[in-house]
Amino acid sequence: MDKNFAARRRRDLIIAAVLTALAASAPLFVKNVYIQNILVLTLMYAALSQSWNILSGYCGQISLGHALYFGIGAYTTELLFTKFGVLPWFGMLAGGGIAAVIAMGLGYPFFRLRGHYFVIATIVIAEIGLLLFQNWEWAGAALGITIDVRGDSWLKFQFMRSKLPYFYFALALCCLAWFVTWWLEDSKWGFWWRAVKDNPEAAESLGVVVFNSKMGAAAVSAFLVAIGGAFYAQFLAYIDPESVMGFQFSLLMALPAVLGGIGTLWGPVLGAAILIPMTELTRSYIGGSGRGVDLIVYGTLIVAISLALPQGLVSLFARSKAKGATR
Amino acid sequence: MGLLYGLIAVGLALIFGLMDVTNFAHGEFLMIAMYASFFLFTYFAIDPLLSAPLVAAAMFVFGAIVYLFIVRFAMRAKANAGMVQIFTTFGLAIVMRGLAQLFFTPDYRSIPPSLIGGKTVSIAGIFLPEPQLVGALVSIAAFAGLYLFIHRTDFGRALEATREDPGAVALVGIDKNRVFAFGWGLGAALVGLAGAIMAVFFYIYPDVGASFALIAYVTVALGGFGSVFGAFAGGIIVGLVEAVTALMLPPSLKSVGIYAVYLLVVFIRPRGLFGSM
Repeated sequence: MDKNFAARRRRDLIIAAVLTALAASAPLFVKNVYIQNILVLTLMYAALSQSWNILSGYCGQISLGHALYFGIGAYTTELLFTKFGVLPWFGMLAGGGIAAVIAMGLGYPFFRLRGHYFVIATIVIAEIGLLLFQNWEWAGAALGITIDVRGDSWLKFQFMRSKLPYFYFALALCCLAWFVTWWLEDSKWGFWWRAVKDNPEAAESLGVVVFNSKMGAAAVSAFLVAIGGAFYAQFLAYIDPESVMGFQFSLLMALPAVLGGIGTLWGPVLGAAILIPMTELTRSYIGGSGRGVDLIVYGTLIVAISLALPQGLVSLFARSKAKGATR
Repeated sequence: MGLLYGLIAVGLALIFGLMDVTNFAHGEFLMIAMYASFFLFTYFAIDPLLSAPLVAAAMFVFGAIVYLFIVRFAMRAKANAGMVQIFTTFGLAIVMRGLAQLFFTPDYRSIPPSLIGGKTVSIAGIFLPEPQLVGALVSIAAFAGLYLFIHRTDFGRALEATREDPGAVALVGIDKNRVFAFGWGLGAALVGLAGAIMAVFFYIYPDVGASFALIAYVTVALGGFGSVFGAFAGGIIVGLVEAVTALMLPPSLKSVGIYAVYLLVVFIRPRGLFGSM
């Protein structure tokens, strides 16, 4: 059992390295800017979903309010950049830090709640954040912030001529989120989280400090999501509350993980790799009419996948080699 | 206004609160009910108030169909059933919005002042617009009806028993799917009633449901899951809080008060005000 587990983890690491190498060489073949754009978004959502999965998948605390952390990351970076000229790299870390602190501050009362009460509380807190930012004059209120263009440079993390730097950063972020998950999966935290998810009372009686382990998961998850938000803001060069803090972001972060396999290492990546290109392609090929056909197709696919594979797409792989499954 | 929120929430209280099934398409149910009463008015000149029973009946069929063809399978999932329910109904909501855009166009529509619209009634010196008053009365009637239904009839007991233990009810000869399909139908019919009345004084457009759905969830959760009376009380509180916040803060922030009160309530009472789950 243990040997298999160790072997599986080594295998996961090798697969990840191969996939990263493949992804990193993709721009050599893909010159089309539109497709590069889709790749960037796919990697970003993979990273976000991977981060969401840490709290909601592994630790079992379903949050539909992660748009809050995403927005905080985006806004911290851009407010620091446009108002005080602080480089986005520092803004990014500051945003991640603030998001993590807020996540822990909120966790203090939130983690007492169970089930639907918790989920609705997460939705509501993100909605409060959205409304506050929409009414915060200094931060641009509902109009948002347009980020000044100060030329292409890694220093300022702005690139006008090419999307490739964004692509590599998104890839790096995705690898980071994956690696953090991979590393945590086998740490004491990973075991605590799964115990907390399956049976909090039993976990507590065995000496797991349930509350602290939830807090840890929330902080890591929020930090990574906020970095993603900072990236997204630089990528779009324009942010407004609805486009970085809207409820749809919370759902879009959760969706790849759920479709791919919630609480699994590969679920978010797999889900994002299928879902995001699908979203973008339906939007641009059938959505042009503005008549909602793209929504119909997209919604139908979501219904179909969630009904057909309730444990996510990774369950297909697990099924094909059922005997090797030792979890 | 509080009673109107209550009216939207009452259908959700049944589906989400009593049967413990997450329905993220609740707002879209409201949206199509509003369209239904709009079209009945435009093409057949039936006043929304008179068409309300028709809309409710149609929504009953629709709700039952949604349960039998979609939700039933979502509930069968062995692992993470909650997420499957959330995303299945979320997908359904997207499809319904898309269909509404396709067939009804994204234009804003409204029903011109109808039989009861535009008039006001004076009660003890307080003037109330008539549609709101009718809405309030219907809302109280709907809650009373649902309360009696759940607590005084065999079906209500069957519904609660089915949620508690589907295996055991099967042993005593209750068909789980029939009970839940009926429950979904009833929940949809109630939101249909709400939609027909709301169509009189709100703009109708494909995304209209989203703005009311979150408040409906908050209302149900505030009152506490599993309690019809809780949802009713939740509706009134939400309406009052909104009115008070609107006085103190800019109108765009009026929902903040509702959300803050929800958080406050669940921090003090993690099961909502009258919740039993």
